[in-house]
Amino acid sequence: MKELKLMKGNEALAEAAIRAGADAYFGYPITPQSEVLEYLALEAEKRTGMVILQAESEVAAINMIYGAAGTGKKVITSSSSPGISLMQEGISYIACAELPCLLVNVVRGGPGLGTIQPSQGDYFQAVKGGGHGDYKLIVLAPSTVQEMVDHVSLGFDLAFKWRNPVMILTDGALGQMMEKVALPPQIPRTNVVYDWATIGKPKTRERNFITSLHLKSEVMEEINNTLQRKYRAIENEEIRFEKINCDDAEFVLVAYGLVARICQKAASLAKEKGIKVGVFRPVTLFPFPTNELKKIAGKVKGFLTVEMNAGQMVEDVRLAVNGKVPVEFHGRMGGIIPSPEEILQMLENKLVGEIV
Amino acid sequence: MNEKTMTEDQHFEQVITEENICTNENLVFEKPETLIDTVMHYCPGCGHGVAHRLIAEVIDELGIQDKTIGVAPVGCSVFMYNYMNIDMTEAAHGRASAVATGIKRVLPDKYVFSYQGDGDLAAIGTGETIHTCNRGENILIVFINNGIYGMTGGQMAPTTLVGMKSTTTPFGREVAVMGNPLKITELIAQLPGVYYCTRVAVNNPVNVRKAKKAIMNGFKYQELKKGLSFVEIVTNCPSNWKLTPVESNKWLEENMLPFYPLGDMKVPSDQSSKGKGE
Repeated sequence: MKELKLMKGNEALAEAAIRAGADAYFGYPITPQSEVLEYLALEAEKRTGMVILQAESEVAAINMIYGAAGTGKKVITSSSSPGISLMQEGISYIACAELPCLLVNVVRGGPGLGTIQPSQGDYFQAVKGGGHGDYKLIVLAPSTVQEMVDHVSLGFDLAFKWRNPVMILTDGALGQMMEKVALPPQIPRTNVVYDWATIGKPKTRERNFITSLHLKSEVMEEINNTLQRKYRAIENEEIRFEKINCDDAEFVLVAYGLVARICQKAASLAKEKGIKVGVFRPVTLFPFPTNELKKIAGKVKGFLTVEMNAGQMVEDVRLAVNGKVPVEFHGRMGGIIPSPEEILQMLENKLVGEIV
Repeated sequence: MNEKTMTEDQHFEQVITEENICTNENLVFEKPETLIDTVMHYCPGCGHGVAHRLIAEVIDELGIQDKTIGVAPVGCSVFMYNYMNIDMTEAAHGRASAVATGIKRVLPDKYVFSYQGDGDLAAIGTGETIHTCNRGENILIVFINNGIYGMTGGQMAPTTLVGMKSTTTPFGREVAVMGNPLKITELIAQLPGVYYCTRVAVNNPVNVRKAKKAIMNGFKYQELKKGLSFVEIVTNCPSNWKLTPVESNKWLEENMLPFYPLGDMKVPSDQSSKGKGE
């Protein structure tokens, strides 16, 4: 039975981690996500025995994650943009070693120390790799506090299914806002033994070692190919998206996370003006719902991609649409959340007025 | 136990001579099960091979091969997992103690050790080293100090001696420019989280045996869950010191050991925290 509560996004996510039976959290405080660690420090150990450790830095935290993930335990960390930048080397190692773990980026505005206000400026970093070398994270983009909860168990499932790091890419507004959430029941922590895990070598098997070092070019290329095959399989199986009134729409707003909800309001404002506008929301940012956008592109007059950045996901939308119809962009930065009215205004200025 | 080991040391110093070393009783010599039978990539005369072997012998003697997880660093010993027949993780440069922390925290009943060189532990990984020690993680850190970066080809390490030449201090390490060599083990010994801290070497049989005893202690103390064990092994680097193996051991004795004196810096009987929790 689901339990209803009014919760802040960060705390709901932390609660979901406990209920998902997570074994360990390693993290470092940074605004606007410190509530995750604070909530876990208060609740987790006494309820499930989950290990909670405040590391000395994000660099240490991600390497604790790397070590613990190698034992096959369910491990999670969270941070915000500058902290996630510090973790990138470790994430690259984890991706190459094919270890499961859940990463949460409660994005704030950048570059640099930037602002503590919400942003989507880390789309490229999350979706295109982020650290060095060719790798991908599975990236989930919640748009409600409820999804901040739901994506935790989904994220763990995907991480273990594919032995790949999964990132929940959210933002400072979702992390800080309160909404009603239905919490899942507590899943007990398990002691699953994976054949790849470093937990001590019994006589019955060969030793396991976790490494991302392959000095021979032929071997490294084969590792690269294996990873790329995995990413293609993920693209075939794990795409998630939400389509709202796209079927008979003339124009479609494309947005992820919180911005997709604002776009829904903009679409209903457009309807009042007699403009048929749909909203397309990628839920997985990698894998990106390219084919679905391609299909929609055959039926509409144009897209407006709306983001809280200078235009990042719009590049993937343009690749999907491939010039069939115009793909325009509207973005706000610095922690400013676009209003439904300005989105409608941009839609009218950039698309409706030009095309109709 | 202490008395018995002392006797063994004396046995080595006094009883074994060039004349009697080839008698049958002194020829008993086996490869440890934990050491994989393969050619190592280390240069001739390098101390890593001896250090690896000692860890393998200790794991064998304690019967903990199935309960031990090691963490390899970045540096010459990056391939340690090719030589040790135990589960291992290869960490990013400097982060071995954080990786070991992650493993130990979720597997508190297993034996966990990190094996790190001077660049890894005392330069890029200083933060992780200090904080892992300060938290008193119940792990063993084996610190290999040869005063130079081996794998990248002889650059200055944090422990490079004053005046010592390296490829990045071609005229010798100058304090005004590069500061003094870092005695990180002396720093570590001050931290209450550290239960056992010692400096050993593997330049001669007596020191090899002492080093083994220190590693043995480091593994055994994990069972007590009273804090971290830190074993520094001062070693040579013939290739990058540009000396023969024999010359490099001589240089180690004449230059490294006076600056990095061997001996215990903290042993359990010294602990002011003795009886803690009792």
